[in-house]
Amino acid sequence: MNAPDRAVTSGLIGQSVRRREDARFLTGRGQYTDDIVLPRQTYAYFLRSPYANALIKSIKVAEAESAEGVLGVYTGEHFRAVGGLPCGWLITSLDGTPMKEPRHPIICDTQVRHVGDQVALVVAETYEQAKAAAQLIEVDYDEQTPVVDTATAKGATGVVHAEAPDNVCYTWGCGDKAATDAAMATAAHITRLEFLNNRLIPNAIEPRAANASYNPADESYTLYVANQNPHVERLLMCAFVLGIPEHKVRVVAPDVGGGFGSKIFLYAEETALTWASKQIGRPIKWTADRSEAFLSDAHGRDHATVAEMGLDADNKFVAMRVHTTANLGAYLSTFGSAVPTILYATLLAGQYATPKIYAEVTGVFTNTAPVDAYRGAGRPEATYTVERLVETAAKELGLDPAELRRHNFIRTFPYATPVGLSYDVGDYDATLDAVQALADVAGFAARRAVSEAQGLKRGLGYSCYIEACGLAPSNIAGALGARAGLFEAGEVRVHPTGKVTVFTGSHSHGQGHETTFAQVVAHKLGIPIEDVAIEHGDTAKVLFGMGTYGSRSLSVGGSAIVKALDKVIAKGKKIAAHLLEAADTDIEFEDGVFKVAGTDKSVPFASVSLTAYVPHNYPLETLEPGLNENAFYDPTNFTYPSGSYVCEVEVDPLTGVVRIDRFSAVDDFGNIVNPMIVEGQVHGGIAQGIGQALLEHGIYDKETGQLLTGSYMDYAMPRADDLPSFQVQTAKGTPCSHNPLGVKGCGEAGAIGSPPAVISAICDALGLKDLAMPATPHTVWSAIQAAR
Amino acid sequence: MSHKITLKVNGKALTRTVEDGQLLVQFLREDLALTGTHVGCDTSQCGACTVHLNGRAVKSCSLLTVQASGAEITTIEGLSAHNAEMHPMQAAFKECHGLQCGFCTPGMVMSAIDLVENHACSSEAEIRAALEGNICRCTGYHNIVRAVQTGSAAMTAAMTASRSLT
Repeated sequence: MNAPDRAVTSGLIGQSVRRREDARFLTGRGQYTDDIVLPRQTYAYFLRSPYANALIKSIKVAEAESAEGVLGVYTGEHFRAVGGLPCGWLITSLDGTPMKEPRHPIICDTQVRHVGDQVALVVAETYEQAKAAAQLIEVDYDEQTPVVDTATAKGATGVVHAEAPDNVCYTWGCGDKAATDAAMATAAHITRLEFLNNRLIPNAIEPRAANASYNPADESYTLYVANQNPHVERLLMCAFVLGIPEHKVRVVAPDVGGGFGSKIFLYAEETALTWASKQIGRPIKWTADRSEAFLSDAHGRDHATVAEMGLDADNKFVAMRVHTTANLGAYLSTFGSAVPTILYATLLAGQYATPKIYAEVTGVFTNTAPVDAYRGAGRPEATYTVERLVETAAKELGLDPAELRRHNFIRTFPYATPVGLSYDVGDYDATLDAVQALADVAGFAARRAVSEAQGLKRGLGYSCYIEACGLAPSNIAGALGARAGLFEAGEVRVHPTGKVTVFTGSHSHGQGHETTFAQVVAHKLGIPIEDVAIEHGDTAKVLFGMGTYGSRSLSVGGSAIVKALDKVIAKGKKIAAHLLEAADTDIEFEDGVFKVAGTDKSVPFASVSLTAYVPHNYPLETLEPGLNENAFYDPTNFTYPSGSYVCEVEVDPLTGVVRIDRFSAVDDFGNIVNPMIVEGQVHGGIAQGIGQALLEHGIYDKETGQLLTGSYMDYAMPRADDLPSFQVQTAKGTPCSHNPLGVKGCGEAGAIGSPPAVISAICDALGLKDLAMPATPHTVWSAIQAAR
Repeated sequence: MSHKITLKVNGKALTRTVEDGQLLVQFLREDLALTGTHVGCDTSQCGACTVHLNGRAVKSCSLLTVQASGAEITTIEGLSAHNAEMHPMQAAFKECHGLQCGFCTPGMVMSAIDLVENHACSSEAEIRAALEGNICRCTGYHNIVRAVQTGSAAMTAAMTASRSLT
């Protein structure tokens, strides 16, 4: 970890270079959306529904319109002609019918469908004036029975959308049902679990924010927005909702204070602001307060699952059968339909050679906030299902949980799973071996004895996860229902002096791309890292981009940059060949110098770039001047990060309080560019996974649909004193076989792998078969009492 | 109703007229454009708005501007002079990768300096307990704890060095 801050020109890949973006964040010079104040700035407030399900009988706005400072009051009536928010992934039901796609209004006109749904937008000179005026709007609601509970939403008394009278959006299947049922019938032992995967609320510490303006001089819009993928935001808003020309809209996602998935989506607020900025002819800013964020950000998880695993007499897994009801919330968010299907069921093979798997997912509408991707997005739910089944099977059969895993590991690659994926590489024994050493599993029995002597219960739980990252091969995604491509774009602009600006469609909101990507570029070009700048997050600068989610930035975005670098080097070789009076094919490029192979004739990178822009001695008849290359990279497969985690807990049986004594993680991310940043990503992921396992739960009142966990007083965010320090290692690893850097992605692993390890550890400590997440002291204590 | 107040912010004396309902964090962000101090919640829980008031860490979302009349305020922008070396705690956060998205970071750094100057926290458990009022969603706190330990050592060394000079 003692790499130089100002690194030299080569060997940068693999070094823990300190982050270049930190100086601005540490001195208060970051620029987040709410920090931006435009000339003639105005402010917005959204009036939100206090009811979970109600018809809007009338809205009276006259008093609000005439309130001090008010510039405009807009209700559903104004937005009736504007499109609804689109869903980016079509899921087709088992019976061949497309999913139900009811309109997702920007401002509700006839009905509100969750607490926090938008009812009116008020724009005023100040935020306080807009907020005060909103209180003068009179809305006459006719309350309807809300649908709240995931497991019972199908066919519930209440109805969320008339288009889906049974509240079912789709019933989707994955795998061979008949073959799975047949294999399950032969099983010598079947392990069955029924559980909820708790609803989580993402809670990036920067709340969502937007600042939209319209310029009548050229009929253009500029939108600053806290977002993970500004080009996608622009495309969806222009082409599918507002019908405004894409080339007249600039979307800027400046410094963004965390995303975790919740800032992928096109939301109603920024869309309404963009529309309204033209109506009033002034910039409009809105920043969610935390209470609004709880009500209106897309939530994560919220599955009700029944899962079975069949084993033969030799303890080999023969089949897995899973039925999940996934809560989609009140509307289909941008990728809400794909998360509990495509990103979930396809991961149910885990690290195991289970020959037959079938999963059926029923997506249901409820009167709750929309549910969409949150760190891991489907893969944590799949990992929880697989790993809890494996752990429980081991306990039921009296087997060592690690040995049962080893007994069923996939060891031949490439491996085609029965749920549609093809794993290219992996070494699951290596990470399990390494984590057992790191966690000192051998010393566990002695530690347990010490705990027992103190009246405490100690337990140990494993999790061996796999995930599919690097979203995604566009043709495969398209065949599965995606309505977008999932490539990435990059541009390498070499300046005359040999300095380089790189434009990437990836977006950093904490991941450190300005450092990691610069390491790759400086390494490949053999120039100092100080000579490389990374630009992202602005549709006016970056050629195109699909953005950052699904741990795709380096594997897809980085690959696009590498492709563009290869083009720069290829062109540079031609220029060098001309300068050195040699054939193109004789030119080698190494450590920032072009040279004629086998000679001492050479020319440095900066001389070649200068020649490209001052082409006096230049092959103009065959080569264009300039040194600037674009590339689009579309991956040929997903990447498959994997790893093994061990959690060891100590439980106080008198209080139900769980203390995580040690948490050990060994991940195989393939090649690694910046180990410090990778470890930091794993730390953060584990914290969110432990948060899910022990603390966090988004709870709606089952009768009224009110969000009971709507602030940091009620929703238990992990704090420093809730967590231990982590033991994190990256394995030597199996480099990804199909991208130029051999990287797999590390952003979500911790959140995917950790929850089942925590729950299995508590179950191990207390001798319980299962325990609900989050395992709060009350839940644990109650389980202890019930087991007596 | 508005009030005329005089206070010092980052070493500079100011006289301003402010509304009685204005929060200190609004004054800093909106009136003085010191946007390094952030707002991450509305229940005084997240600590992103932490600044120093007369040398003590306070949550600037929980004070009215008028309550700061006569006080000396230091924000993240005031920790190190323009173009100068960072404060040892800022440097430690960079060295230990104690930040990712950067949004909670100013509050975290202001709290960390307060821990060292006023609370003598040194063990991991003490630091974790003392940071309970600052929420970070990115780092899992692992590297923040290391940063506070590293920054604390650097601050102590600097204080010792300056004492031995006098």
